[in-house]
Amino acid sequence: MARMKFYCDAERCIECNACVTACKNENEVPMGVNRRRVVTIRDGEPGERSLSVACMHCSDAPCQAVCPVDCFVTTPDGVVLHNKDTCIGCGYCFYACPFGAPQFPLDGQFSTRGKMDKCTFCNGGPETANNSPDEIRKYGRNRLAEGKLPLCAEMCSTKALLAGDAGVIADIYRKRVVNRGANAYLASGSLQKGAFEALQTPPQPE
Amino acid sequence: MKLTRISEQTLQPSALTGTKTLNRREFLRQSGLVAGGAALATGLGAGMMKKSQAATEATPQGGQVKQVRTICTHCSVGCGILAEVQDGVWVGQEPAFDHPFNRGGHCAKGAAVREHGHGERRLKYPTKLVDGKWKRITWDEALNEIGDKLLDIRANAGPDSVYWLGSAKFNNEQAYLFRKMAAMWGTNNVDHQARICHSTTVAGVANTWGYGAMTNSYNDMHNARAILIMGGNPAEAHPVSLQHIMKAKDEGGARLIVIDPRFTRTAAHADQHIALRPGTDVPLVWGMLWHIFKNGWEDREFIRQRVYAMDEIRAEVAKWTPDVVEDVTGVPEAEVLRAARTMAQNRPGTFVWCMGGTQHSIGNNNTRAYCIFQLALGNMGVAGGGTNIFRGHDNVQGATDLGVLADTLPGYYGLAEGSWKHWAKVWDLDFEWLKGRFDNGSYEKSGDQETPVMNTNGIPVSRWIDGVLEEPANIAQKNAIKAMFLWGHAPNSQTRGPEMKKAMEQLEMMVVVDPYPTFSSVLPDRKDGIYLLPAATQFETYGSVTASNRSLQWRDRVIEPMFESRPDHVIMYQLAKKLGFEQEMFKHIQIENDEPLIEDLTREFNRGMWTVGYTGQSPERLKQHQQHWGTFDFTSLKADGGPCNGDFYGLPWPCWGTAEMKHPGSPNLYDTGKPVAEGGLPFRARYGVEHNGVNILAEGSSNVGAELTDGYPEFTADMLKQLGWWGDLTAEEQQAAEGKNWKTDVSGGIQRVAIKHGCAPYGNAKARAIVWTFPDPVPIHREPLYTSRHDLVASYPTYEDRKSFWRLPTRYQSIQARDYSGEFPIILTSGRLVEYEGGGDESRSNPWLAELQPDMFVEMNPRDANNAGIQEGDQVWVEGPEGGRIRVKALVTRRVAPGVAFTPFHFAGVFEGQDLRAKYPEGADPYVLGEACNTVFTYGYDSVTQMQETKCTLCRIAKA
Repeated sequence: MARMKFYCDAERCIECNACVTACKNENEVPMGVNRRRVVTIRDGEPGERSLSVACMHCSDAPCQAVCPVDCFVTTPDGVVLHNKDTCIGCGYCFYACPFGAPQFPLDGQFSTRGKMDKCTFCNGGPETANNSPDEIRKYGRNRLAEGKLPLCAEMCSTKALLAGDAGVIADIYRKRVVNRGANAYLASGSLQKGAFEALQTPPQPE
Repeated sequence: MKLTRISEQTLQPSALTGTKTLNRREFLRQSGLVAGGAALATGLGAGMMKKSQAATEATPQGGQVKQVRTICTHCSVGCGILAEVQDGVWVGQEPAFDHPFNRGGHCAKGAAVREHGHGERRLKYPTKLVDGKWKRITWDEALNEIGDKLLDIRANAGPDSVYWLGSAKFNNEQAYLFRKMAAMWGTNNVDHQARICHSTTVAGVANTWGYGAMTNSYNDMHNARAILIMGGNPAEAHPVSLQHIMKAKDEGGARLIVIDPRFTRTAAHADQHIALRPGTDVPLVWGMLWHIFKNGWEDREFIRQRVYAMDEIRAEVAKWTPDVVEDVTGVPEAEVLRAARTMAQNRPGTFVWCMGGTQHSIGNNNTRAYCIFQLALGNMGVAGGGTNIFRGHDNVQGATDLGVLADTLPGYYGLAEGSWKHWAKVWDLDFEWLKGRFDNGSYEKSGDQETPVMNTNGIPVSRWIDGVLEEPANIAQKNAIKAMFLWGHAPNSQTRGPEMKKAMEQLEMMVVVDPYPTFSSVLPDRKDGIYLLPAATQFETYGSVTASNRSLQWRDRVIEPMFESRPDHVIMYQLAKKLGFEQEMFKHIQIENDEPLIEDLTREFNRGMWTVGYTGQSPERLKQHQQHWGTFDFTSLKADGGPCNGDFYGLPWPCWGTAEMKHPGSPNLYDTGKPVAEGGLPFRARYGVEHNGVNILAEGSSNVGAELTDGYPEFTADMLKQLGWWGDLTAEEQQAAEGKNWKTDVSGGIQRVAIKHGCAPYGNAKARAIVWTFPDPVPIHREPLYTSRHDLVASYPTYEDRKSFWRLPTRYQSIQARDYSGEFPIILTSGRLVEYEGGGDESRSNPWLAELQPDMFVEMNPRDANNAGIQEGDQVWVEGPEGGRIRVKALVTRRVAPGVAFTPFHFAGVFEGQDLRAKYPEGADPYVLGEACNTVFTYGYDSVTQMQETKCTLCRIAKA
């Protein structure tokens, strides 16, 4: 069974915000609600790194644990969805979430936040009718049902943001890390690059 | 199973009724595609590729969903876009995973282009300013009134009093048509944004080795071992190019060096960042070369065979010892040496530059210095090397190639009589008729001869305001400019804002043709005389577009023109009709419902653009490439198998000969390792065969497979005869080629035969390190006009003032003479933000983008902020030495060095503290307005091309 995950490769993220607008584009998210955003640390100084952050679809989701009306479900693919028909807009999930994922369309006193909104991993809502007008209106597109992955990751300019099965993503990232380690080793001057590449060349068939 | 791709036909909704309720989780279990996208994200998987190629798709909501292939209209990377259209509405955007440039990736702008299909803040109808109020009018009224006024100006003041400011947002066909229209009107007062982005590159680079364009490609950077970016911030300006740079870094271990006054988002990912004082590029490059020459790291054999006059460079470089370099640039020796060593030890290395290098009064010196650096290291003509000059707008390369410029006809033919005769022949028009369209006087002399107006450079876009404001006696044309077309142009991208306002107020008529009203509609305080005509975007029409790497890509129409907008070429036709030259202008172009047939336009420029090889890219070939994106290799861009077998994607120019010759395009310029027939080339023989008695043709170097193994001049009919190759021409070709050369033989025979013998039509010469026709033959350093180091002016003075340069008096020394650095102690520079493009009228009107950058700001170092008592987020006044000032938010950051401030240039709609929102036509004001930084930026123009100096001026910043 797949276990859906996002991973953002900080060595590659350039804070271009494509993930943010791709999400807006695909899900017609209104102004003021950002299911995804890019966070930059050490902005403007050596060591500056950016990360694209949305709902991380936690395995043991704190939002789910604190929701007083139990509106969250974790799908068999590991996607954390919530039911906007049940949601009362109390905001507990917002306090529980370590990533600041839950968003609210309104901003006012006396519980006028509106229904919570967050990243659905482009998987719509808990409705069974995929991409029904109702589902699209409430949650946006259901790309997983179409065999596609979240648009934010699919449109990432530098392929920093990865989405998909945790195992596959780990493989992709591991390859990058191994390559970077080898590059750093080679750049240190302790091994001739040519010789290293020669070692990597597979033997030619006779 | 829903995912199976069946055919190219559109699925009817009814066909889906049986399958639409497949449970998504069940589907995922069965499909095995769950992680396909992730795998694809690195270009490893093939599963999703098929998916994104699917032509059609149906949704349960009914209606047919059609996938349309087009190209992003923002920057020059040329990312592929898959638009999903249902019942004429643009409903979705899918990643084009198989596109050879972007593999589905986009930046914030590219991921948001579907908003064009909403267009809420578009200019919706032809609109006219009447008594200070916007009034909706019909197209007929607009075209009639504008046309009458133009004809009136023509009769009373002459054709040169109308300025045709075109656009890098045109597709190739429209750009070509626009230049043709200016020619038919009878003026060279036509230009576009290339003047203010890479004109110094085009001039400097073309004069070094032949063509002024990116030599390799974004994709080719995968092969680089080292990447040096100077004066460029591609992480924000060309974000998808970082995909290629990251691949080179991650997989090839390429070293990345960023030289920029700011610690940019690109610099954040570099191995080394060098912060130089703005305007000191030449000293820094010579500083690196000093170490390279000292250590003998230069490629001596390459220089011997393929470079002329490197010794004169050595003499200049010898003056730039590490201590002098540090004094002038502010960069210590160790940093310079480290960069030089990285580039020397990691070859091939590529050199990338952008506006940071070009927008200076010595821009042409900068670009030539970069070229010389690459020549010294032997990095030219190899995969992974080259000068990868990232162009700006999506079609600024194409619009430049097609001559929307004041100094040339399409194809860089120039304005000489022979050039006009060549195009008159292509257009099938009488040369004398064309000449008669121009003012019959003369504005300048060459020797004793009066130069006809049609052979005289026009006024460049950077100076149009002076063409209005300057004393008529000082302008070298009959009258000042009286009417302006701003056809796809953001005026806030130009310097001297307060003077521009004045110029706009002084014009008799302003015509803005644009999808958005632009800053032009609100900047001048006028009561009447402004027309706003709604143009369609490139998603509402179709045609070809040239990416930075010289590849031509075909766009299909996504949606019909929205509201009352019309495609640019339709407007051009209707205007030509009103002005009375549509018969000549469209002699061989099919017209249907006032729309000129795009393919006919492509074919027409195919017949004339021999100089740059825009001849082999027929509409049919380009469309075929568009349908087979996935067959081109991600690194070499070559199709291996499939219908485009052997072609390079988009037939990067030069694509020699006629389309029937099937030249594959030239992926990396000046690569002698490939035969010319397969995309190889030597340096171009453009400057004769010798200089000062010394041979300047290549020595002992030629392309693989060439029958001439040494240097040779450009091909002419006579040369073919001398070589005994004349007989290789067919009888018709012989007839057409007689007395012609490779540039003017419209049969393409000379090119075909030269290539058949393995030779480049344009000859085989050395690159020249000195350009003896330029003000500074050897690129030297000159301080900016507004310099922060006035003490250096004595050693590195600017030029003498010029009385008439591109028809206008141009000041240098008289400005630099005064020291402003005391009153204005901070260096001001400008640049881009990822969310916005160009002047930003379009992207600030897109809510998905506008939300991300709501405020105009100035970046300043904490030291300067503290000294001025400014805190982060404070409103401040930034004031320039010419009196322009802007009220913006302070962003206090160490991204800029002490003494340097940075502003983005995309904002407009606020002028010197005054919000102009109320002046926009109703409902067409962009979501985000802000001060235009160019209100503060000052005088200063390149000594060859009139590029504006926007990368270094002075300012002072005080709390508002």
